[in-house]
Amino acid sequence: MKKGKNVIPGFGLTFGITIAMLSLLILIPLASVLVYAFKLSPAEFWKTVTTEAVLNSFKTSIICSFIAASINSVFGVILAWVLVRYDFPGKRILDGLIELPFALPTAVAGITLSKMYSTTGEIGRPLAKLGLKISYTHIGLTIALVFIGIPFVVRAIQPVLEKLDSQYEEAAYILGANKRQTFFKVILSELRPALITGFGLAFARGIGEYGSVIYISGNSAKEHTQVVSYLIMQKLNYMDYSGATAIALVMLIISFVLLLVINIVQVRQSRRTNLI
Amino acid sequence: MDAKKKEGGVTKVVLITISVLFIFLMLVMPLISVIVNSLKKGFEFYIESLSTEYVISSLKVTLLATVIAVVVNTFFGLVASWLLTKFTFKGKQVLATLIDVPFSISPVIAGLAFIMTFGRLGWASPLVDKLNEFLGTDIQIVFALPGVCLATIFVTFPFVSREIIPVLNAQGKDEEEAAALMGAKGLTIFRKVTFPHIKWALIYGIILCTARALGEFGAVNALSKTRGQTFTLPLEIDALYLAGSSDSIVGAFAVSSLLVIIAIIVLILRNIFEHSNKKDI
Repeated sequence: MKKGKNVIPGFGLTFGITIAMLSLLILIPLASVLVYAFKLSPAEFWKTVTTEAVLNSFKTSIICSFIAASINSVFGVILAWVLVRYDFPGKRILDGLIELPFALPTAVAGITLSKMYSTTGEIGRPLAKLGLKISYTHIGLTIALVFIGIPFVVRAIQPVLEKLDSQYEEAAYILGANKRQTFFKVILSELRPALITGFGLAFARGIGEYGSVIYISGNSAKEHTQVVSYLIMQKLNYMDYSGATAIALVMLIISFVLLLVINIVQVRQSRRTNLI
Repeated sequence: MDAKKKEGGVTKVVLITISVLFIFLMLVMPLISVIVNSLKKGFEFYIESLSTEYVISSLKVTLLATVIAVVVNTFFGLVASWLLTKFTFKGKQVLATLIDVPFSISPVIAGLAFIMTFGRLGWASPLVDKLNEFLGTDIQIVFALPGVCLATIFVTFPFVSREIIPVLNAQGKDEEEAAALMGAKGLTIFRKVTFPHIKWALIYGIILCTARALGEFGAVNALSKTRGQTFTLPLEIDALYLAGSSDSIVGAFAVSSLLVIIAIIVLILRNIFEHSNKKDI
């Protein structure tokens, strides 16, 4: 392709405005956190992030988010499949509802789930009779993370499934694969990059989640139900700024690594689809 | 052939049932629960809970922060998506990733970022002091309305650009190039050529941005500490719920029901826009 001079006007202006707004509103405030965190001595930093409460909160956030993202991957594939491949009454409503966790404020989701799954709630009461406690346990926390993460997975898979060429399936069918084999060996491997993206987004969101989990989790240090965001907020409320920034730095590093992985997968995916 | 069709039919029914049950249990029940809980003490109590001074003040703060965030982010979204789709330059991918950063950061960290910038320990705090001295004002950022607005802008920053960029990428830039070669000015090209393509995406981005701004909790929670002055609706819900009396909990759900209604409207609009969008293409 020939690379000519771009004739569309406005490069300098839009470049300047974009960089200026991005820097002032996002990057400089974030950099302040980094600058402050790097002012801490390594010993101080290490001491803060390796206290039992902090380690437990990371363990809780990471494990629960991982489980929730895994559950969402399974249901996400099913939901995306149903929405793309089948026609049935109410499909459009179902499709619209997927986005609810994006549209519903996290605090509203948080108090509602907490109430529903408490021992006096609609779902919690019958389960409590069976001896299963949900609110204020890790199970409750994971349920809140499933709620918040489901649209990420469905919306990552849906477009790929829509574009998926039926030639592959036909080929697999002609070669003698049955439906199950076709799905697990052909379709699922085509969906893998999208699934990884969706999983990664749901996982990343889960690790940083605050509003929807803090009510249902119970935030008990003893029961290990404190999430990382809760701990940062707690330190902020006690004006322990060095503690808050140290934990935030670790969390930022995790987010950036996840973001990087997702980006690499996405770039590869778009290259692949472009080749097809 | 017949057996195969039947097998497919069973799978179809099972999968649709799983999907419907999952959506009902995970997403629909909470919606119903909010409404039921908010009306537990009758309709009069519901209206009463919504008309307290605290709720009205938090509604005003929320609307102010939302309007500012939507205006700022819409402007940014239009400018940034023009830049990222009409030009090729070094570091474009990095820039696109940086714009999406607020998506992948815990809102609590967003709040922390502004505290570390403008708070007592922040490097920009002396600047604000000097500015106040110069102007003879007493503007505070952290734990005041400007902080609430900044936090809201932060968390909704990429919403508009993210909706527009894919549409513009799909459209390409031939039309704009043709218009430019024929001598059209930048703004004219945007208005006459680009805007018709991105109309729906823009409206949808604004709606998403609004919904998210109205509901932001974590970032604002870090930056707002005065109930009745700088509290937003979600913070008021939090305060009511944590107060713990049965009256205040019903009040928390009453305020929540307002946000639920807004969320449902957003979902319906999304559905409509998506369909008209598909028709356009």
